[in-house]
Amino acid sequence: MIRVDGQGNGKSLIQVRGLSKTYRRGGEEIQVLQRLNLDVDKGDFVGFMGPSGSGKTTLLNLLGGLDVPTQGSITVDGDEITHMSGSKLTKWRARHVGFVFQMYNLIPVLTAYQNVELPLLLTKLSGAERRKHVETALNVVGLADRMNHYPRQLSGGQEQRVTIARAIVSDPTFLLCDEPTGDLDRKSADEIMALIEELVGKYGKTVLMVTHDPVVAARAHTTLHLEKGVLVEASKIEQGVVAGGVR
Amino acid sequence: MKFRSLIFANLFRKKIRLILTIGSFAIALVLFTFLAVVNSAFNRGIDIAGADRLVIVSRIGLMQVMPVSYAEQVRAIPGVKYVTHNHWFGGVYQEEKNFFPQFVIDPENHRKVYPEFIVPDDQWNTFLKDQQGAIAGAKTAKRFGWKVGDRIPIKNSLYGPTKTWEFNLDGIYHTEKPDGDEGQFWLQWKNFDENVPVALKGTAGWYILKLNSPDDAVHVAQTIDTKFGNSSYETKTETESAFAAGFAKQFGNIEFLILSVGSVVFFTLLLVTGNTMAISVRERTAELAVLKAIGVTDGSVLFLVLAESMMIALFGGVLGLLLAWAAIPVISAAVTGLLPPLLLSKTMLSLGLVFAVLVGIVSGLLPGIGAMRMRVVTALRRV
Repeated sequence: MIRVDGQGNGKSLIQVRGLSKTYRRGGEEIQVLQRLNLDVDKGDFVGFMGPSGSGKTTLLNLLGGLDVPTQGSITVDGDEITHMSGSKLTKWRARHVGFVFQMYNLIPVLTAYQNVELPLLLTKLSGAERRKHVETALNVVGLADRMNHYPRQLSGGQEQRVTIARAIVSDPTFLLCDEPTGDLDRKSADEIMALIEELVGKYGKTVLMVTHDPVVAARAHTTLHLEKGVLVEASKIEQGVVAGGVR
Repeated sequence: MKFRSLIFANLFRKKIRLILTIGSFAIALVLFTFLAVVNSAFNRGIDIAGADRLVIVSRIGLMQVMPVSYAEQVRAIPGVKYVTHNHWFGGVYQEEKNFFPQFVIDPENHRKVYPEFIVPDDQWNTFLKDQQGAIAGAKTAKRFGWKVGDRIPIKNSLYGPTKTWEFNLDGIYHTEKPDGDEGQFWLQWKNFDENVPVALKGTAGWYILKLNSPDDAVHVAQTIDTKFGNSSYETKTETESAFAAGFAKQFGNIEFLILSVGSVVFFTLLLVTGNTMAISVRERTAELAVLKAIGVTDGSVLFLVLAESMMIALFGGVLGLLLAWAAIPVISAAVTGLLPPLLLSKTMLSLGLVFAVLVGIVSGLLPGIGAMRMRVVTALRRV
């Protein structure tokens, strides 16, 4: 269940309280996020929409521990990440977050298999165990037969599938998807969204996704709009939830 | 090493650039090794100098002679075991370019003072009995294709009018160590003494004495110089290594020259490899950001960049050393007579490898630290 009023029961997987982010650019302060609250439960699928510069990616970066807020706190599965040191945050990311980027960001000189294996190199798994995990992840995204292909030998949709396999291979607590279909045609975008839905529905993954595309956003359980750093509207409100909670 | 495949994949990402960088590295290392070998050749006399040997020269200079009668007086000084004397002959064999050092020796004592030069007994005994006899080092004999029994004509103009002296090659000497000096040519002092102008008869160019113990060096040197002080032939006594160092300095400050050129080579290599690494890291900003995003630590990012620069340095280093190993004997043969023999020792090969690794580390350090400090959010925004 998703709430944006800060009135969650404290048991949500992700709890954001009073989150603000201000950038300083040329002596000018730009407040990107303003005292946001958010509660996301395990298995939720949240879409964030909003115009460019509204703070969607900033919010995603903060939730993924890639950036630190100016104010407020983020708690994931009981871990308060906003005060973690850089090295602790790096280890936390490896364990809890799977990233899916718009531009796929695969390593071009590694095969699909090697790209997916990368997060597992940070674990203590043996080579055989790593192979098992990688093959499972590639099976989930339907690319087991392309594991020895290099990114340049794959289509955009296939590259994004490899990125998703890389994101899920270490079984992270949640997935952060930044415009996962932004560089794809409609058909490929549909396939990727079907895959993400499968991860949520079949495997119980928690997904937070930023998108510009209302069609894509509509496939999330809940869509939240960010405008000028504030969550202003819930596009898809679950029954009986947060009607008065949206700021 | 779990990241092995990533390191190698990155290394071979731009093959032409890799080949050019490794090639520059290898050529520069050949140059560096060559300089080190030349430096070592000039200092070899210092390295192989006996700790228990002193050299007496005229206080005025190396080319001034001393009476041969000093030998007996020096031998009587406590702490002195053996005394022998040399003269510089300085002749020309066939052509000027065929230079090799020729020494007029005192056969009776030479072998006692220099046990590291090995001459078969039968050849040595023949030499002792033959006033026109000569002994050549194995390298010089090989260079000119001489064999025992050959007649060797050497033209000389240092001692009176130019004339050709003829010697019988009675023996060939070797040295105990493989990098020993096997380039000398020895001739009999008696023969020399009979054929030089009157003013030079009964003289020695310099003396070499072997001590009972290296601990006696200071005391014996002071005693000798005091004894001959205020005489017509004042002396300067020093250890053999100090003498060799002084001799090498006659050619100029070789060490400084080599150090200067070596430093230029070092910094050029740093720039070449550092530039390659900087470009390589800049091209991969987004990839490194992704690695950091998925949990690769800053230290591991630094390690990845350093490992890559080290691999370039190692490939270039090994190739450069192999080239040097093949080229230096050829160069040495080409410059025989102009430079002392050039030998690429195992120590120097190891030094070359250490040098390569050092360049690898230093050149990868700056781009590596840059990658380590890079903010993931900023780097991803650039994509």
